[in-house]
This record gives sequence, C-alpha cells and structure tokens, in this order.
Amino acid sequence: METKSKIEPLAQPLKEKILNEINEQVMKCYQCGKCAAGCPLSGEMDYTPNQILRLLQIGEPTCDDEVLRSYGIWLCLTCDTCHSRCPQEVDFPHIMDFLRSEAIKRKKVHPKAKEIIAFHRSFLESIEKTGRLSEVGLIASYKLKTFNLLQDVDLAPKMFAKGKLEIFPHRIKGRQAIARIFEKAMKEAHND
Amino acid sequence: MARIGVFVCHCGENISSTVDCAKVAEIASNYPGVVYSIDYKYMCSDPGQNLIKEAIQKHKLTGVVVAACSPRMHEPTFRKATAEAGLNPYLCEMANLREHCSWVHYREDTTTEKAAELVRVLVEKVKHNEELYPIKVPITKTALVIGGGIGGIQAALDIANSGHKVIMVEKNPSIGGKMAQLSETFPTLDCSQCILTPRMVEVAQHPNITLYTYAEIESVDGFIGNFKVTIRQKAKSVDHKACTGCGLCIEKCPIKKIPDEFNAGLGNRAAIYVPFPQAVPNKPVIDRNNCTYFLKGKCGLCKKVCPADAIHYEQEDELIKVDVGAIVAATGFDIKHSDFFPEYGYGKYPDVIDGLQFERLASASGPTLGVLKRPSDGKEPESIVFIACAGSRDPAKGIPYCSKICCMYTAKHAMLFKHKNHHGKATVFYMDIRAGGKMYDEFVRRAIEEDDVNYIRGRVSRIYEKNGKLIVCGVDTLLNSRPVEIEADMVVLATAAIANSDSEELAQKLHISYDPYHFFSEAHPKLRPVETNTAGIMLAGACQAPKDIPDTVSQASGTAAKVVALFSQDELTREPLIAYVNNNTCVGCFLCQSVCPYLAIEKEEIRRRDGTLVKTVAKINPGLCQGCGTCVALCRSKSIDIHGYTNRQIYAEVSALFNRREYAGV
Amino acid sequence: MTKIGYFPGCSLNGTAKEYDLSLKAIARFADVELVELNDWNCCGATAAHSLNSTLAVALPARNLAIAERMGFDEILVPCAACYSRLAQALYEIKSDEKYRTKIPQLIEMEIKGTANPITVLDFINKYVLDKIKDKLTNKLNAKFACYYGCLLTRPEHLSTIERREDPLVMEQIVKLAGGIAIDWAFKVECCGAGLSVVRTDIVGKLCAKIVDDASSRGADAIVVACPMCHSNLDMRRSEINKNLSTDNKIPAIYITQLLGLALGIEPNKLGFDKHFVPADNFIQKLQKQTVEV
Ligand SMILES: Cc1cc2nc3c(=O)[nH]c(=O)nc-3n(C[C@H](O)[C@H](O)[C@H](O)COP(=O)(O)OP(=O)(O)OC[C@H]3O[C@@H](n4cnc5c(N)ncnc54)[C@H](O)[C@@H]3O)c2cc1C
Ligand code: SF4
Ligand code: SF4
Ligand code: SF4
Ligand code: SF4
Repeated sequence: METKSKIEPLAQPLKEKILNEINEQVMKCYQCGKCAAGCPLSGEMDYTPNQILRLLQIGEPTCDDEVLRSYGIWLCLTCDTCHSRCPQEVDFPHIMDFLRSEAIKRKKVHPKAKEIIAFHRSFLESIEKTGRLSEVGLIASYKLKTFNLLQDVDLAPKMFAKGKLEIFPHRIKGRQAIARIFEKAMKEAHND
Repeated sequence: MARIGVFVCHCGENISSTVDCAKVAEIASNYPGVVYSIDYKYMCSDPGQNLIKEAIQKHKLTGVVVAACSPRMHEPTFRKATAEAGLNPYLCEMANLREHCSWVHYREDTTTEKAAELVRVLVEKVKHNEELYPIKVPITKTALVIGGGIGGIQAALDIANSGHKVIMVEKNPSIGGKMAQLSETFPTLDCSQCILTPRMVEVAQHPNITLYTYAEIESVDGFIGNFKVTIRQKAKSVDHKACTGCGLCIEKCPIKKIPDEFNAGLGNRAAIYVPFPQAVPNKPVIDRNNCTYFLKGKCGLCKKVCPADAIHYEQEDELIKVDVGAIVAATGFDIKHSDFFPEYGYGKYPDVIDGLQFERLASASGPTLGVLKRPSDGKEPESIVFIACAGSRDPAKGIPYCSKICCMYTAKHAMLFKHKNHHGKATVFYMDIRAGGKMYDEFVRRAIEEDDVNYIRGRVSRIYEKNGKLIVCGVDTLLNSRPVEIEADMVVLATAAIANSDSEELAQKLHISYDPYHFFSEAHPKLRPVETNTAGIMLAGACQAPKDIPDTVSQASGTAAKVVALFSQDELTREPLIAYVNNNTCVGCFLCQSVCPYLAIEKEEIRRRDGTLVKTVAKINPGLCQGCGTCVALCRSKSIDIHGYTNRQIYAEVSALFNRREYAGV
Repeated sequence: MTKIGYFPGCSLNGTAKEYDLSLKAIARFADVELVELNDWNCCGATAAHSLNSTLAVALPARNLAIAERMGFDEILVPCAACYSRLAQALYEIKSDEKYRTKIPQLIEMEIKGTANPITVLDFINKYVLDKIKDKLTNKLNAKFACYYGCLLTRPEHLSTIERREDPLVMEQIVKLAGGIAIDWAFKVECCGAGLSVVRTDIVGKLCAKIVDDASSRGADAIVVACPMCHSNLDMRRSEINKNLSTDNKIPAIYITQLLGLALGIEPNKLGFDKHFVPADNFIQKLQKQTVEV
C-alpha cells in the first residue's frame, strides 16, 4: 500500500524569487536602519525600506503579502540614497522595481497606489502612441484615469504662456517600432 | 622486506560520511608490503593509538601509514605513538583523507577510490623512509619585544621578572602606546595614565630590559632560539646620555605648529619634542621632517641653548645587531580617522571627531586640560552625538568585522561627558551593544540608567552643519524606524580599529602570516592564540585583532609564559626534515646558495689528509635550514635532498600514482 | 568643429526649453555641434522601470542603437534622469547576457554598446570649458548653491562624479565663471522627482528643505543640471512655499544658463523668461554686459 509520506512543499518565498530573478540578496540586510534614516520618503511610507526587507527576510506568505500590498513600494523614487549608503550594499531600489511589478502581476496593489500606477500607465501610453512624452496627453489621460480633474489647473495656463506645453504631440516616425517594443515587452511580463 | 601497517580513521563522521573507511582498509590490505590494515572511529584517541602501538609490536611493522586528517593536526600524535612502540617516529606517515578527500567530495564510489589511492601513495613513500633523529640547537635566552604599548610592556615585564633579558623596540619617541592617550578606562573609569605610567617607568629602570625607542626592526633572520635581529635606531639628533631633559630646547624651537600626534592632531608640538610630559624616556628627539635646520640648513637654536651640549645634528641612523631566542610582536593597532567618512562630511567639519580625539579632549593631560571644548571654536558642547560602528561592520566602505572595543568606549565617552556636564545631552546611535566581559554590560546599563545617555538603535545616514550645529540624521528602528534628527555641538565617531599601515611589512620581515585585514595571524584560533605559525614568534595585544586593555594584558602574560617556558630549556629539539648535500656529486656551483631564503647554505672545503684542497662544496647549516626544498629543485647535479622528502620518496609516490593497478575491484 | 550625438529627451522639448536653448548657446561658443539623434524616442523614465523592467531597457536601447548607427561614440544627455536610464540600459546590455540577446530582437536593431551617454557636466568639462575659458568676460559676482540631486551622483556604477556625497564639479565650473559656490547641505538630496504630479505635496516638502537651506546660507540662485530638479524647484514653488514661513523667491537656473550669462549672452536668449520663479533680480545684480550670439 502506498502512503503519502511527503509533506506539502512550502510556497516559494519572495526573497528566493528576488535572488533568482534579479540576484539581490535580501538576507544581507542586518537592519541597521541607515536606509530609513536617509530615505527622503521614509516618513511617508507605511513600511520603511528596512522594514520591507525585514518582512521579506521572514519569508512567510503573510509577510510577503504585506510587502506587496504596502504603499511604501510605490512611493520609492529610486533616488538610490539607501543603496549608496547601505553598509551591506543591498540594492534596495532594484528590489523595489521588482516588488512593484510583482504587486501588479499578483493584483495586490495598495489602493492609494492606484494613482501612481495610473500616472505611470498614462506616461507609458503616451510613449506607446507617439514615441515621446506629450505632457498635455499625459495630464489629460491621467486625469481621466483618476478623476483628479482639478489638479494642476493653475499650472497649465502658465506653462502654456511660457511655451512649455505643446498641445499637439510630436509623433516620431518609428511609432510602429515603439508599439512593437511595447507589445513584446508586455507579453514577456505576462509570461513569467 | 617492508612490513607496512595501514590505519584508516573515520574522524567521527568527518571522513566516514563520504568515504567508506572499512573498504579503504580492505583495499589497502592487498597493497604489496602491507601486512596489517584496519579502520577505527577515532584513531587519535587513546584506544586508537593503542591499535597502532600493538600492531607495530605484534606484526613487527617497519612502516606505518595513518590515513586520517591533516598531518598539521595529528602527525606529532601518531609519530609519538609510533616511537612509544619502539619504531623510529619518522617511519610513520599520514595520508590526508579529510581535507584532501572527504571534505571536498560527495559520497560516491570514486571518493572511496580516491581515498584508497591516497593511502597507496603513502604506502609506497613510507617504504623509502629512513630513520631520522631530531636536531638539537642551543637557545639564546633573550626576548625581543616589538612595540611598547601596554601589550609589549606587560610581556616585557613578565619575562624580565622571570629573570630573562628583554630587548624592547618602540618606533615612537616614547613607549605607552594608545593607552597613554586614554583619559579614563572602562569598565572602572580609572585614570589611564595613573595605572600605566608606573609600568612605563618600571620598563625603563628594569635591569633586565634594554629599551630602544625611536627605533624599528630592520631585518630578522634565524629561527626559534636563534634569531638574529637588526634594529634601526633612528637618529634622535639628541644625545640622551648627555641630555638632562630640561626642555629648554623645546621652549626655544621656533617651529611650534606641528600637529601633535599624541593629542590626535588637536594640539601642536615643536620640531624638537617629547611626545607628552610623562613620556619614557623623557628626553626629546628632533623631527627632521619639520626642523628648519634639516630642511634649510639654518636655525640651530636648540643647540645654542642646550646647557648640556646634547644636540647632535650629525647623528646618523644606527644599525644594532642583537641575538634573541624569542620575539614578541606587540605593535598594536590604528583607527580610521574621521576624514574617511563621506556621508559624515569627509572630515570637513572640525567638530566631527574620532574616539582618540575625544580621549584627548577628556584627558586631564590633554590640550584642553580635561575640559571638553569643541575643536572649531573652543566652546563647551551641550549636546554630543556618539556614533558606534563608524566604518566597522561596513563591508561597503569600511571593514566587515566588529572592532570590539568601541561599544565600550562609546559608553565611557558618553558617561564622561555627562559627568562633566550633567545637563548635557548625550545621544548614542548604535546597531548592537556588544558588552560581553566582566562588569561590561553593567557599565553600559549605568550609562543609560544612571547617566541618562540616550541610546538610539539605528545607523546614522548623514551629518551636515547648519547655523553652527551639526545635524545628525538617523533613525530609531525601535520606534517603527522613525527618522530622527538630532542637533549636536559635537559628534564623536567610534571609528573602526584597523591594523597598522606598516603591519604587512613587519609581518614579512618576521616571516609570520597575517589575515586579510593585515592583523597578525595566530597559530590556532582556539588552542594556540598567542603563538604565530613561525616557531619562536608570539603575539601580544591588538596587533592580532582589536582588543581592550584586559584582553591585551592577558594575552601578553600568556605570551610571556610561552617565552619563559621556551627559555626554561637549554636546548631545543628541531625536526630533522632539512636539506643535506651529497659531497661526492656536488660541483660547487653554489646556485643553491643564491636561492636559499633562509641563508642556510655555506661553503665547505674538502681537503686531502695532507691539506691540499680537493674541492669546495655546499654545506647546509642545520640550524637555519627550514626544509623548504628550493635548493633541491635548483641543484643541477641533483646533489641535495631533504630528509623525510627525498627524491626517492617523492618518485615512489608519483610512480605509484602512474602505475595504477586494480586492487579489490573498486 | 566637434560633432557629438544629442539626446534632448522629452523635457527639453517641453518644460525645459530654456535648458535646450542655453545648452545650444554655449555649445556654439565652444564650437561643438550637437547632432540630434534621428527620430529618438522617450527613455521610459520612472514609469517604465517601475512597471516593466524589459521596457526600461528596451526604450533607451533603441536610442543607443540609433546613435551607433549615426556613428557616434558619445551622446550628450542633458537630462539627468534620461542619462540615468540610457546609462543603465547600456550597463545592463554590457553586463547581462539575457539582455544582450533579447534587446536587439525587441528593438529590431543591432546594438554593440559603443555609444556612451555623457552628462551635461562631463560635456562641459570635456568639450566646453577649455574653449570658452577666455570668453567668460562677464564675471558672475553672486553666490550659487550647486544642486546635483540624485541621478548625477547615484547609483555609483553610473556616476562619473567624484566625492559623490559632497561633489565639487559644478562648484568648479561656477568658480571659473567668477561666481562664488557656497557650501551647503542639500546638494545631493532628492527633490521628489517623479512624484511631481501625483504627490505634489511630497515634492513640496522635499524641495522646501532644499530651497530653504540654499537661501538661508545666502545663495542668490540654485544651479541645477537636470530638468526634473528644475521643474520641481521652479514650477512647484507655490507648493514649496506652503511648507515655509516665508515666500521663498530664490531662482533655480541651469548650469548652462549660468555659463551663458558668464559668456555675456543676453538672458532671454538663454530662456530666462521661461522661469516661473523670475531670475530678474538676480540677473540685475550681475550687472551684465551682453554680446550678440
Ligand atoms: C578611543 C579608544 C578608547 C579606548 N578606551 C579603552 C578603555 O577605556 N579601556 C580599555 O580596556 N581599552 C580601551 N581602548 C583599547 C586600548 O587602547 C587597547 O586595548 C590597547 O591600546 C592595546 O594595546 P597594545 O599594546 O596592543 O597596542 P597599542 O596601544 O597600539 O601599542 C602598540 C605600540 O607599538 C608601537 N609600534 C607599532 N608598530 C611598531 C613597529 N613596527 N615597530 C615598533 N613599534 C611599533 C606603537 O608605537 C605603540 O607604542 C581604547 C581604544 C581606543 C581607540
Ligand atoms: S541600510 Fe542596508 S543593511 Fe541597513 S537596514 Fe537598510 S538595507 Fe539593511
Ligand atoms: S531609493 Fe527609494 S527607498 Fe531608497 S532612499 Fe530613495 S526613495 Fe527611499
Ligand atoms: S634646529 Fe630644528 S629642532 Fe632645533 S630649534 Fe631649530 S627648528 Fe627647532
Ligand atoms: S564594538 Fe560595538 S561599536 Fe564597535 S564595531 Fe562592534 S558593535 Fe560596532
């Protein structure tokens, strides 16, 4: 008679994925807090950089979940202050990039981060369509996505007056090539 | 006919987890010449050794191969057992199945196969082993102590007090080391100078101690019991026999603005100087790099005023040759300076100082006479931030290890500040508090509980200056990693303790090894912590690794005991594994002489009975030869061999490897 | 005349027109022709690397490939953010096997990695200073706080700047132009960069510290070398001032505008009229004489 002798394998912790996919070692962090001390945004974050690393170090599914659902990962500006001063050379912004795309993939995005993502999406849409960033297009699309219709209304006319807003976006000739880059890159992100 | 015994050790599981030891013993029993073969769990244990002894007698063995760990570990053990059974110990060899096999391979058939091969090679070698007898050499019962910090002082006094001569060489103009610079010492807060200076005087006055200050080691030759050392006595430009130490010269010297090393750059000294008032010897030297007379050929004021006519500009460096039997390296350590830290201002802010500078500011003998005044404007600080682990445990920019002493001296510094200014604000940023030691943690708790020092757990990200205040940006990881900014009047960095910049050079002169951080390596991290791998050279104090005073003194006394134990014998026995020359074939080209790193090769004239010269051949000085084999490799007429590693033995090993045969179907 | 590849990036076509104007003006003085890359595309900025790592390499890589095709081994990238993306893409392609094979397929162009992005500071040091040294007739008798922000000094593997925690390259340029470079504390702090639109409040807070430190130490202007830093410090001034007790009016000017002034170029030709925080007072203080370009 065959008995089930194997215990269910545990879910792969995020830290292993981080190691395998972007070759960053979460376990190097020894929680000195220097990153949080220097991060321009740690005061605004729900979890500071070292706390995010701590959650990842624990490696429990609940902790990984907390990380992906945190607002902090969306605030990070990739200013690299944390990384450049980290005594253990933890490349935290690199890990942040990974966590953001992972959060989207697993649909665990913090509700407040939706605006930031909407902005990034609008930004990318503008590039996808024209090859370059059109500020008018970006703002319009972002406003539609977020309904923040009044945001920056005072700025636009001034910018326009100073010749800083182009109403008609510049379209590059290689738009199709750009669109194909987008298509392939997006497909890839979905595949893994 | 050879009668070889093979003894295969499991080394607990170290070997047997990947090598089938019983199988190895079984295969070995089929090797030609092997008459006895057995495996056992711990061959080095008493029953294990008895196995060997009994087999030697019972089977009348002519050679023994122990297949176990590294010979560095247990060759002496098994050779001793062999000798006890009546066989010459040099007829015992070891095959290293652990480091060379079991530890580096997985458990596979080929691993066992390789182990059996390693045994076979040694069996072939041992067939050619010869009986050898240890060499006896006399001992010079004088010790050389390099470095006159508290480590060197303690070792020198202990050795001298046991009746042996000591020569101490200190590179600075005074002995005392870092401890002379300290204000008060943890964990008791006794005054550093008060406990140190009497010992410095004792060194100077001890009939058994000869002191060379302002001197360095030029070269070291020889070996345990018989070192030949050349000391470079740097020119002091002052005749210390004539000098009365009146200090008139120092007063008159016009060059007075040289940053004072003893005060960690916080004060100035003259070009002719005594490093500090309690210095030993308390007589000046001229710093030629800054003296006008030496730079421009003019001045000569000191000479004019000296009532004892003790100033001698023409003095030259002197090379002094001494014979010593043992050497104690006690050259201490250094610290990183505050200009090393980019995010803390690259040394831009004068009020960001290092620990030694704080010691000088807090010391009654310091530039401020013990009143804490900040370097920039001499104001007394109301708020001081202390930063632990500055550059320590920082693989990115500093050193990866823990400097060990700074947690304690940081607590001390914070306490000293609070004792001087009760209303002052003392903040310590730390990552961990490492206060293992007698009364150490109590000391740190006292700082926190009684002296109200604010310990914040977190590393500081940066420091900047604003309106005369230093803004220290840190974080409190115990408060949800909340960013904290503290306004400070002064910041003290507990900078990393590092090896001296010249330690590598000294290690090479002494032929001792050093670790990746350039601290000197001990022979064994646990069991031989005061000796080096070079026989006769020992360590004391922070030159081995960062250490506080109690640890330094304990190690120094341990080292002294080793030296005294060495000196308790009249002669030394040395391993006879040295080179020897075949006079018949030597053609006297002396190529060997030019390559021997130990200068052990001499010339010997072979004469007929009537005194006519036949030829000149090479001769090995058995006292100097270390058996490195360089000469053997070079000799064109193949006239040199090494006992224990003769060409015949090596060839036997190599040809055994080439002539593989199947033994017992592995 | 030296020719060098030029990647203006989206900002210099829009919000940072004055940067483009002044950069070209000083390039003319230095006898350098900036040849705009044919049909370049946006580098992808923060958006791309926040959402899709492949896109973050592919978009800038297309520009690198275009530059290679045009035969340039150097591309001037005046925007520090674009520089960072282009340099990072080059770094990835050179160091990561995965990208080396994948990127050409994505961008449908060959890429060897021979075109190197350079920052405006490296450009000035390498191509401009020697040529204009004797033409800096209009000594700028004012105090400047040189602001580097993040992307010129970090990450280490992309930065060409020494003493990254307290750089002095811009200071040297300012000094050469006759100005006084003050020592201050926020040279390399972050301005809030990409959060400008979504979290203007944060940008206001971060930039408030920067402008406050600069002006409280007596600076007459903040000198920048990045359009993102500029737009945050300049266009977001009303948001910034919400965090300060006073109405801070210190202008933020581009390093290229500063050099332009020192060369005696008329302020309007350097785009000073396009600033939100007027630099008039400061410019008047310089008592300039102007030359025609
Ligand atoms: C800021 C600070 C505060 C401290 N406070 C305390 C405290 O309160 N309590 C405590 O227990 N410990 C304290 N320590 C630790 C203490 O200083 C050391 O434990 C002690 O100095 C080690 O003694 P040492 O003799 O090994 O080395 P050192 O004191 O460094 O002495 C080495 C000597 O060797 C000489 N030398 C170096 N190289 C050569 C050479 N090539 N040739 C000849 N001579 C050479 C040097 O000139 C020096 O005189 C403190 C350390 C620091 C940095
Ligand atoms: S600075 Fe580095 S080691 Fe320290 S807490 Fe942050 S990531 Fe961890
Ligand atoms: S890179 Fe992100 S987490 Fe790191 S300091 Fe900058 S904003 Fe903070
Ligand atoms: S000769 Fe040298 S040491 Fe003597 S007084 Fe002059 S400068 Fe000083
Ligand atoms: S002793 Fe304390 S302060 Fe010094 S390196 Fe170790 S942990 Fe850091």
